[in-house]
Amino acid sequence: MTEPLLEMKGISKAFAGVRVLKEVSFTLAPGEVHALMGENGAGKSTLIKILGGIYAKDEGRIWVDGRERTIRSPREATQLGIAIIHQELPVVPQLTVMENMFLGREFTYKWRSIRWNRMREESQKYLSQLGVRIDPDQKVGELSVGQQQMVEIAKVLSLQAKVLVLDEPTAALTNREIESLFEVVESLKRHGVGMIYISHRMEEVFRISDRMTVLRDGTFVGTRETGSTDMDQLVQMMVGREIRERFPRRSLRMGGERLQVEGMTRKEKVSDISFTIRGGEILGLAGLMGAGRTEVADLLFGVERLDAGRVSIDGWPVTIRRPIDAIRAGIAYVTENRKEQGLVLSRSVKENLSLPNLGALTSFGILRRGVEKRMTEAQVKQLSVRAADSDQEVGTLSGGNQQKVVIGKWLAARPKVLILDEPTRGVDIGAKAEIYRLMNRLAEEGMAILLISSDLPEVLEMSDRVLVMHEGRISGVFDRDEATQEKVMIAASGGGKLAD
Amino acid sequence: MQTEIKTENLKPGRVQQIGPLVGLGLIILALSLISREFLSITNIFNVLRQISINALLAFGMTFVILTGGIDLSVGSILALSGALSAGMLAGGMDPWLAVLAGLAAGTVMGAGNGVLVAKGKVAPFIATLATMTIFRGLTLVYTEGRPISYDSDTFAMLGKGYFFEIPIPVIWMLVSFVIVYLILKNTPFGRHVYALGGNEEAALLSGVRTDRVKIRVYAVSGLFAALSGIILTARLNSAQPTAGTTYELDAIAAVVLGGTSLAGGKGWVTGTLIGAMIIGVLDNGLNLLNVSSFYQQVVKGAVILLAVLLDRSRKK
Repeated sequence: MTEPLLEMKGISKAFAGVRVLKEVSFTLAPGEVHALMGENGAGKSTLIKILGGIYAKDEGRIWVDGRERTIRSPREATQLGIAIIHQELPVVPQLTVMENMFLGREFTYKWRSIRWNRMREESQKYLSQLGVRIDPDQKVGELSVGQQQMVEIAKVLSLQAKVLVLDEPTAALTNREIESLFEVVESLKRHGVGMIYISHRMEEVFRISDRMTVLRDGTFVGTRETGSTDMDQLVQMMVGREIRERFPRRSLRMGGERLQVEGMTRKEKVSDISFTIRGGEILGLAGLMGAGRTEVADLLFGVERLDAGRVSIDGWPVTIRRPIDAIRAGIAYVTENRKEQGLVLSRSVKENLSLPNLGALTSFGILRRGVEKRMTEAQVKQLSVRAADSDQEVGTLSGGNQQKVVIGKWLAARPKVLILDEPTRGVDIGAKAEIYRLMNRLAEEGMAILLISSDLPEVLEMSDRVLVMHEGRISGVFDRDEATQEKVMIAASGGGKLAD
Repeated sequence: MQTEIKTENLKPGRVQQIGPLVGLGLIILALSLISREFLSITNIFNVLRQISINALLAFGMTFVILTGGIDLSVGSILALSGALSAGMLAGGMDPWLAVLAGLAAGTVMGAGNGVLVAKGKVAPFIATLATMTIFRGLTLVYTEGRPISYDSDTFAMLGKGYFFEIPIPVIWMLVSFVIVYLILKNTPFGRHVYALGGNEEAALLSGVRTDRVKIRVYAVSGLFAALSGIILTARLNSAQPTAGTTYELDAIAAVVLGGTSLAGGKGWVTGTLIGAMIIGVLDNGLNLLNVSSFYQQVVKGAVILLAVLLDRSRKK
């Protein structure tokens, strides 16, 4: 093997006396994609932050290109050729692609005026090296998330990065964008760039990585060649026990039609959407990003208003103008972005859980805080939210536990229809299985569940039927038995129309 | 897993809540050592009476700031409501009706701010900056730029009277404090205020009528401004057209000193009361020490800066 590009040995780190990394080792070869795996809280991000100069290590040694280094600041990391592409991209949407790429290090003439042509050429050079076609003069805010990510990668290339950390790079990408990202990864490999790849999506990791290293509870579990490992082995390394089923089964007991949607239309977003969900049924809603899936949920919940169409619950027509109407009609909506839309991060678990249920907790205008406390503590236990108590700030919980709170806040009201939009995005395997079990339990209790997800295995395994959308319309409906990845993908990309 | 939760994260609110109280304690301790008059009963009630108007404005401001907004118009609402009450009294209206009319006027003005912010989607700073000027202008129009005096002992008692030994304005302040405390802690409206300030979209999606909550918080702020205006008018036996100028700044300072975040979603009204006391005690103490009023301003500003800087460094 060639000399490693990066070597980290015996890295330890503690916060306030709590050891979050214990003698972790990691090596990265040139042209290698090395997946860094582990559940939330396993220490992946701490390790990456040490590499990026954001945290200082307590113990251990780091070699870059064969020379021992101390990385004291993000600036030093950059100088050593280490670049981190974060999940949330630090772009300035109002500036153009080239302005973003060379922000803070613009090419200028002696008299400090910007050399636009030089900037354009340089950014063009790196963008075409990645094989992407993006106009350097376009505003970054007008690009898709995938394209913004390409701009960010081009930017770090221009900084001569040799070690590239990709932190959940596909979380917000469409399937097509994921493909082009993988092409870029391949071309970077050929150029000898070493990549550390962090992702919760197993299928992806197996496809793209050469080796994987697993961390668990801050300790190094092992490094494996991807080719000689299978998914079960990896999961076992990550959780330390076997997870019997990634997708737990449930007993099917379907009731009558709970939700009926007829001809749902919203100008330029969705048109003529009709479907029904029965009690006890999970209806999957698949499609590419921008196909109109979230818009269907927004319309059902009154975030946006219908231009045309009818919604009935248990056979009764309902008029939904704003979220409170939907809540009163028995609809609950677990939104796509828990941080932006689902939670008030600065408030406690208790206050978040009770927020949609305050009406029921109030008598004569006074909040019954004792009842509230008991109710929410019971929920915390029932949902197995890992929090010290219900007064803990939601923002301090891990992603999986936050997601349990988002789902939990709707359950007290015993909704008839539950909309879940990407309920397991960015959630680790253990918590995912718990969320699936919760979904099954709710369906068994007679709820009608609409599951919107970009995770195809999830949609296929969890749903009784799958509805596929393309450009605001339904492009395919499949029963559980006939739904396959291929069929859903073809329908999602509009290919279903050719068959008509 | 449970062991990984860092203890310092468990109750992040607590430290923040104690900070202002410790600050107030230190200032009181220092002043009582320097000046013997400071801790006399007379002076304590004197200080409480002096801070009552700012505290009342700051209570209303607390609601607004908790939602992530700001209300610059309180000083002008104070003046206009006071002037309207005085005008009605001068016209021979029943003093209690005049009080109610003044309070109603202030509430409507505040609700107007709320409508601009909630329905008109105007940034709170801009909306209330504009209405601050408008209400001040209307006050000058209504008073023709001259003080309005009236003749009603009942009304004057609201600002100058005593209940046993306690000045009436102090009673207003303490009663209001208890009510505001209970509203924020024990009502759905209180929860909605915090939720709206913490994350407006999440609040909306949880069924909170966010527009309504916004209109209400500005209406509450207007109500407290009007109450302050009536007390001030009662105390001075007349309504001054320039009354309350720059009072909004002290009210904001009291809220911020009390540990309430200007970004919204975090804070408490007890902190606001403490913040108002810090400002009042400082004013009073510097007076007792014969510090020139020019220097007093410098000291007051420095204390506010110091408090906020300490707060920042603690959060890091």
